[in-house]
Amino acid sequence: FASADPVDDTLILNEETELVTRTTAPAHVSDALDEVMSGWLFRGTETRAMQADDFDNPGMIFVEQAQEMWETAEGSEGKSCSSCHNDMESLAGVKATYPKWNEAAGEVRTLQMQMNDCRTNRMGSDAWKYDKGPAINMEAALSSVSRGLPVNVAIDGPAQSAWELGKELYYTRNGQLELSCANCHEENYGNMIRADHLSQGHVNGFPVYRLKNTKLNGVHSRFKGCIRDTRAETYSQGSPEFVALELYVASRGNGLSVEGPSVRN
Amino acid sequence: MKILVITTALVGGLTSVALAEEISPTGVNFSEGAVEQSLSGTAGDPATGRIIVGDKGQGNCVACHQVSDLAEVPFQGEIGPILDGAGERWSEAELRGIVANAKVMFEDSMMPSFYKTEGFIRPGNAYTGEAADDTFGPLLSAQQVEDVVAYLVTLKK
Ligand code: HEC
Ligand code: HEC
Ligand code: HEC
Repeated sequence: FASADPVDDTLILNEETELVTRTTAPAHVSDALDEVMSGWLFRGTETRAMQADDFDNPGMIFVEQAQEMWETAEGSEGKSCSSCHNDMESLAGVKATYPKWNEAAGEVRTLQMQMNDCRTNRMGSDAWKYDKGPAINMEAALSSVSRGLPVNVAIDGPAQSAWELGKELYYTRNGQLELSCANCHEENYGNMIRADHLSQGHVNGFPVYRLKNTKLNGVHSRFKGCIRDTRAETYSQGSPEFVALELYVASRGNGLSVEGPSVRN
Repeated sequence: MKILVITTALVGGLTSVALAEEISPTGVNFSEGAVEQSLSGTAGDPATGRIIVGDKGQGNCVACHQVSDLAEVPFQGEIGPILDGAGERWSEAELRGIVANAKVMFEDSMMPSFYKTEGFIRPGNAYTGEAADDTFGPLLSAQQVEDVVAYLVTLKK
């Protein structure tokens, strides 16, 4: 079915930056995949075009909101993100390495967990709700300044046990439909499942702006939706299971460009 | 006179219930992936089966399979084989086994088990994302499986 194959197209951002949307699979997934492909290649012509230009990408509106937030002092310390990090560009490249092991905390952290650490421990403010408004907007903003850089999450050393848990979850056949992530995204990418064109299910494009719900959607919310669709009891956003799964899924896309905020139907 | 009629009707009713004894999801006998005995004891209705196969809220078989006979149903999936001719490739008993629990016929199949209630990992309450509660039952009822099988039998090339 030629219609269901990923397209042969090149993603050039704002007519200047060429992004890597296909590359040789990293060694740790080479037994399952030869090539890893961004979800962008599995979307329609118009959706792809929207993502290629910041003026057309509705996700960039939320990035602008986050840029304001970046400068806004909050909490008992009277500080904003910019008080310590200066320009947002100073964090360019950070998104590409998350989830990441945090030595002091002794845990693997997602970008949102790290942002909340700054909010609660350094600003004296409250934690943002996982995948909700300000958190997902800020994640999109930090992603936007990393666009074009290769996803490069570490899976060895202290992160290894979380990575292994994530891998186990990826291959677990959940719910009454007994479907694993691999059933859909490894064995059947390129195929239609009812009205949906299955991609390899990478997270390099997150947060994604979905035309369907007209907002930014986080990785853990996507995982939740996919697991719910197997008629399973899901995990919640920010849970250790989803942190581990995000690390594992992100690692499958090592080498693809950071694309978020991307556009999906 | 009146009493007699009522008694006859009652007895008749009881007899047909006894004949239509349902096989529970845990009591199905598979032999090389096939199931000889009707699950409901009542012949399946192919017209109802046709609806179940195409309906998103019921079998939703077209999520994964294409069926030319269901041309009016949009967006048919490409995960499993096209079901055209399934009634020629498989006997009724084999089709019953495949629909009830395809993993017996095809090891590790991606196809869900439609008449099974045990052995799931984190079973949910339908598509809510919540844990299953005591309303949990098989994806299709015994009679729905029979209806689907009756329809599949009609799929000759
Ligand atoms: C009072 C100072 C301070 C404030 C305010 C602050 N941060 Fe931080 N932030 C730090 C320090 C210190 C670190 C850890 C050192 C490092 O990794 O650069 C850090 C680390 C981070 C990291 C991880 C960087 C990495 O390389 O892993 C992110 C992301 C981040 N901060 C985002 C934010 C955001 C978003 C805000 C505002 C909501 C914020 N920070 C506010 C001081 C601050
Ligand atoms: C029943 C099929 C199915 C299963 C099982 C499934 N997904 Fe998905 N997933 C989809 C569909 C359909 C989409 C939307 C189209 C696409 O991008 O593939 C999707 C999208 C995604 C995306 C967004 C990709 C993008 O570029 O926008 C991610 C990430 C993802 N899935 C991860 C997972 C993970 C992790 C699991 C297991 C916990 C999983 N999926 C299980 C069907 C499934
Ligand atoms: C999530 C995907 C999925 C769903 C939903 C699904 N199937 Fe299947 N089905 C498959 C796959 C994959 C196979 C191929 C067998 C294997 O796993 O090797 C298959 C095989 C079959 C076969 C034998 C193939 C042939 O024609 O030779 C029949 C018959 C069948 N399915 C009927 C059904 C019916 C009826 C339903 C709904 C009640 C259904 N399937 C729902 C995935 C699915």
